[in-house]
Amino acid sequence: MSRRPFVRLVSGTRWYFGHPRYLRYMSREVTCIFIGAFALLLLRAVERLSAGQAAYASFLAAIAGPWSALGLSLVVIFALHNAVSWFNVTPKALPVQIGEGFLPGGFIVAAHYAAWILVSLAVLLFAGVL
Amino acid sequence: MAKSNKPVVWSLFAAGGTLAALLAPVLALLFLLAALGRAPELLGYARLHAFAANPLGKLFLLTVIALFLWHAAHRLRVALHDFGLRRDRLVAVVVYLAAGTGTALSLLYLARI
Amino acid sequence: MNERMVQLEVLRYDPQVDDEPHFQHYEVPCKEEWVVLDALNAIKESIDPTLNYRWSCHMAVCGSCGMMINGEPRLSCHAFLRGFAGVIRVEPLAHFPIERDLVTVADDFIDKLKRVKPYLIPGEPRPIGAGEYLQTPAQLMKYRHFSMCINCMLCYAACPQYALQPLFLGPAAITLAHRYNLDSRDGGREQRQQVIATDEGVWECSFVGACSEVCPKAVDPAAALQQVKVASTLDWFREHLLPGSAT
Repeated sequence: MSRRPFVRLVSGTRWYFGHPRYLRYMSREVTCIFIGAFALLLLRAVERLSAGQAAYASFLAAIAGPWSALGLSLVVIFALHNAVSWFNVTPKALPVQIGEGFLPGGFIVAAHYAAWILVSLAVLLFAGVL
Repeated sequence: MAKSNKPVVWSLFAAGGTLAALLAPVLALLFLLAALGRAPELLGYARLHAFAANPLGKLFLLTVIALFLWHAAHRLRVALHDFGLRRDRLVAVVVYLAAGTGTALSLLYLARI
Repeated sequence: MNERMVQLEVLRYDPQVDDEPHFQHYEVPCKEEWVVLDALNAIKESIDPTLNYRWSCHMAVCGSCGMMINGEPRLSCHAFLRGFAGVIRVEPLAHFPIERDLVTVADDFIDKLKRVKPYLIPGEPRPIGAGEYLQTPAQLMKYRHFSMCINCMLCYAACPQYALQPLFLGPAAITLAHRYNLDSRDGGREQRQQVIATDEGVWECSFVGACSEVCPKAVDPAAALQQVKVASTLDWFREHLLPGSAT
């Protein structure tokens, strides 16, 4: 009786089309492009700020416009996606055991959402938007 | 097989991810408003300069920029592997070098303000 | 009890004859309350005795009958026919070599399971006269949900990182290591960390979360692996930054 196991190959570049949950995962992973791009924008803002008032004014003028608005809209959307997917799994990484039971995961998620809303409101107030 | 040194970058990734989850949407919204021609007061030169001149303000900006960068760098490394780029060591060097450079530059710029 | 004809497409592979697997179509009379495994048994009994597959308990305990059912890793004893419409596609568990038909080669998983030492390793030798190891209910609950694993390998069939990097220890093995690490009677954590806190251990995981979605026993391997990452990260800083604690 000869053994001849058959190995099914998985595509290294297209595997994530194999199941909707893999696409959902990849949509979470690509948020990093937008978080990274936004960090670079912040870095640029700080650099222009350090170069003086005129430099910073031209920076603000440069980021005004429909294309910037489109790009920043994408950043907001993917940042929201990162936030939601991040907070939703916090109970997995940091479960809280109380006596014989565990704090329901929903509590931990809700606490993060509450903190998120408070921080966002505080920033908007501080920025003079609200 | 020895224990991994990935905890160093993973801890930065995790801290950055948490900070980005809390702050990135609202901060990006501020810049979106600016792009729409309705820049919030905080993004005006006077307010932002005063904020960045304050040591706590500096610390905030440094933390946000650096941790966002390290978060993005580490996740990009994993994502590139997922997309099929298998030169993990090279990718790791490039993305972490970029995040490190960004961190150093933000320190430099903030020190000038 | 109602009967209906159920169509199945089953992946067949005979290593002595076939160069590669192919689907075979079966039409089999099934009772309403049957599961996919019952349909396979009916095929083997009255249509095609050459069909090979593993099963034992028929009650989601033994973990032998895992297969891909319409592309999803499932226990075939737990996949009710009434939950499917049209032709049901049945394949051997993904990411494992096919031995024959629906039977896979599980050697890789078994080897990895052994490597993580999934049993109690007492911290200090203890004479029998000292009595049993006592454990409070709270200490038990700390790891109990992770101890429900039946080694069915569905999580390996769901994990893309295991498919991309076959050296990856994978969800179930690391989860079981974590289960023993959390046990108050155990003293073997450092031995297991040498295996799981490695690049090919927990750090190959990118938290896709598929393992937890397909686990038939709600073990939540994705949670276990994230907890192992957090604990291993704390270890790293302790070992590298605290003086006199290098290992």
